[in-house]
Amino acid sequence: MEYSLFILIVPFFLFLVLGLLGMKMKPKAAGIIGTAGMGLCAICASAVAYQYFFQTGMVGEEWQHLVPVNFEWLRFTESLHIDLGILLDPISVMMLVVITTVSLMVHIYSLGYMHGETGFQRYYALLSLFSFSMLGLVVATNIFQMYIFWELVGVSSYSLIGFYYTKPSAVAASKKAFIVTRFADLGFLIGILLLSFYTKTFDFGLLTADNAGLVTTSMAGGTFMGLSIATWALALIFMGGAGKSAMFPLHIWLPDAMEGPTPVSALIHAATMVVAGVFLVARLFPVYFFAAPDVLTLIAYVGTFTALFAAIIAITQTDIKRVLAFSTISQIAYMMVALGVSDYGGHDGLGYMASMFHLVTHAFFKALLFLGAGSVIHAVHSNEMSQMGNLRRYMPVTNITFAIACLAIAGIWPFSGFFSKDEILAAAFHSNPLIFWTLWAIAGLTAFYMWRLYYCIFWNSNKEYNEHHKPHESPLTMAVPLIILAIFSIFSGFIPFAGFISSDNVPFHTHIDLTVASLSIGAGVAGIAAATVLYLKKSDWTAEIAQSLGGLYRAALHKFYLDEIWMWVTQSVVFRYICIPIAWFDRHIIDGAMNGLAWATHRSAGSVKGLQSGQVQFYAWVFVAGSILIAVLVLFF
Amino acid sequence: MIRLEYYLIISTLMFFIGIFGFITRKNMIAILISLELVLNAVEINFAAFNRFLYPNQLEGMFFTLFGIAITAAETAVALAIIINAYRSIGNININNINKMKN
Amino acid sequence: MDIINLIIFSGLGAAMLALSIMAVTSESLLRSATYLLLVLLCTAGFYLFLNYHFLAAVQVSVYAGGVVILFIFAIFLTANKGEVLLRHEIRRYVFGFLGVVAGVWLTAFVLFKHRFLYESNTSMVGDQEISMSLIGQTLMGTGKYQYLLPFEALSVLLLACIIGGILIARKK
Repeated sequence: MEYSLFILIVPFFLFLVLGLLGMKMKPKAAGIIGTAGMGLCAICASAVAYQYFFQTGMVGEEWQHLVPVNFEWLRFTESLHIDLGILLDPISVMMLVVITTVSLMVHIYSLGYMHGETGFQRYYALLSLFSFSMLGLVVATNIFQMYIFWELVGVSSYSLIGFYYTKPSAVAASKKAFIVTRFADLGFLIGILLLSFYTKTFDFGLLTADNAGLVTTSMAGGTFMGLSIATWALALIFMGGAGKSAMFPLHIWLPDAMEGPTPVSALIHAATMVVAGVFLVARLFPVYFFAAPDVLTLIAYVGTFTALFAAIIAITQTDIKRVLAFSTISQIAYMMVALGVSDYGGHDGLGYMASMFHLVTHAFFKALLFLGAGSVIHAVHSNEMSQMGNLRRYMPVTNITFAIACLAIAGIWPFSGFFSKDEILAAAFHSNPLIFWTLWAIAGLTAFYMWRLYYCIFWNSNKEYNEHHKPHESPLTMAVPLIILAIFSIFSGFIPFAGFISSDNVPFHTHIDLTVASLSIGAGVAGIAAATVLYLKKSDWTAEIAQSLGGLYRAALHKFYLDEIWMWVTQSVVFRYICIPIAWFDRHIIDGAMNGLAWATHRSAGSVKGLQSGQVQFYAWVFVAGSILIAVLVLFF
Repeated sequence: MIRLEYYLIISTLMFFIGIFGFITRKNMIAILISLELVLNAVEINFAAFNRFLYPNQLEGMFFTLFGIAITAAETAVALAIIINAYRSIGNININNINKMKN
Repeated sequence: MDIINLIIFSGLGAAMLALSIMAVTSESLLRSATYLLLVLLCTAGFYLFLNYHFLAAVQVSVYAGGVVILFIFAIFLTANKGEVLLRHEIRRYVFGFLGVVAGVWLTAFVLFKHRFLYESNTSMVGDQEISMSLIGQTLMGTGKYQYLLPFEALSVLLLACIIGGILIARKK
């Protein structure tokens, strides 16, 4: 399966070609080359997936870890070395398919959406770079390779958020995203170093083998501030994951990241990059489970809180992309919770499977929602709900596909979201009632805010649009990806996921727990019903409800003032008490020393430059005198 | 009875006379002449050491021989440079040849 | 016989030193060159005392015949009208003299301190002349203590000097 290397090479090559030669190409040519390359990549990924899942992957009732390509890059000690390679196992193959598919859809969609933008070639070059980095991340054979691609993903996300670099808010958003995730990655790096310091390896295979025996034995006994070293290391690694996956309180960058072009939001900030944190925890799941179960509990609670928190904020937002952003945070938190409540092995590992399942279905329906939102924005040239309404008359395809996605995320049978969400709820049900009931409530909230969004865009008013700016259905390049993703959103739930992915790589069977299923559908239907009552027609009730909730509503509208809190922390605490003294020290002590040195050199040079007279005989005299002096020194001392 | 040190004393004095000339003279050709004295003193040393300390070998003598040849070569090039300098600045005063310091 | 040799040697040495001093102090360049020529001839006499007859011949032919002639031509070519002598700074004399005295003192100190003067034979041991054929074979041989390689290197050096001299001195 060495051809899996093509999946990485093709996007990287595209990045080089489009990045270096893009300016010489016509924009359309660049877009078509990028899309065709991504199509090739998707075909390769599908072939790899077919071969893995149906031919070579299963040996003796267990999914294998295959490493078709691997070479050593840096060797530190006998056992500690950084490799670059490709690891194929169920979750990485699954991610390959998801990423390449969504990426291909986004590439096609962007042909229409970004048409006529300046920097069209740059856009495609960066998309290729992102695809390369993300694919490299999921196939990483060792944690350090993952870290490298993790940072590459961060960089490409940064440059895509700041794609409209003439817009100050986009620049600020890209900086915010980069700095916040970078801050989290500091924890990730420390975690990696701790882990590799004790285990003497970076390799995922060695780390997770034998129920993470290597980690538990090598880190046994060490404690720091009352917690074991393993707990510290894995909690720090989770910090990196929380930064990328926008877990509370590091989620603040994601809503702002919506400043990027909408297809980018669909690809990076909904379907692929933001699930990297989930993928990281899943990749190290045995290590978490056996070496640091406390961290898994932490993950479960952080995830539950984030899901609830983001869902509440999503209800109040009026910018449609921000609603989707908070919805994404909430759904990713769902996946985190599923990992957090999961046990290991067989049917006990249901949460693990459910998390991955939800990752896949969410990737499809959330990408669809974002692309649909992009289509709407393309039509009305605004992100604000108040500028929309009644669009079902003008945009039938977008309307229907958006509705399908909303049904999927609300968890209505037989759409894909139902199945994955049901598995997550079932896993939580068997683990912790508090988490289960919270998640259940969030399912209702999710249905509510998604349908609120749907009604506000497509129904809600009898708004008539200006004759000259009449909204129109999007072109074919945008409509086709919507339809394809809608088909995925409907049917991807029927994949027998447990047969492919499980915590211990042994397939098992799931069945739908009718209690949980009926509860979840009930919550979804209730949410939709509430939204229908409130938002199908324009009414005054919503304002009255908001009025009666008062402070809570305002707090949610302002995202619970988290941005302001972070701002206060950074400006009043970090800047004033850490950065300003450091800056003073740097300016006066370090620079002062350097300037003093320069001054001293200057002065001494000034005083000896007279020696450089150009008079050969003076040089000769100095030479003779010096020789005599040296001879005297050698002879007499 | 001529002893080794006689040769050495004479060559030493000649060597330092040459250095004195090198330091004090201003005309470039005069400086070159002083340099010849220095080299000549050194060559005397080679020959004298060879004859007195290792009479059965020839290294010193050949060193002198090669030294003479190299001196001749060096003189030829130096004089060519001096003539060129004379052509460009009109005199051969060493104090005027100081453009290299810049 | 020894005493006659010593007298001749002393005369030669004294003449050499005196001529050297005159060569570096004479105010006329042409005179300087002439004194140099005489110093070089005296040096050839030293080589004869050392029984290096070939060396003496080379000294006379190359130095006296070649180099000094070159000097004289250069002097004629660069002669400034009227301005033959150049005034020296007194400070330079003082410093030069100090350095030279220190150097002579140091060298003399090393000379008389060193043990080779007492360990070696006080007089020349091999006072026989070296045969031409031996010199020729040594110069052309490739064995131990034979000098073909430096000889060839030297020939290349001389060639380079010829080319360099032409390049530097030719008119533009």
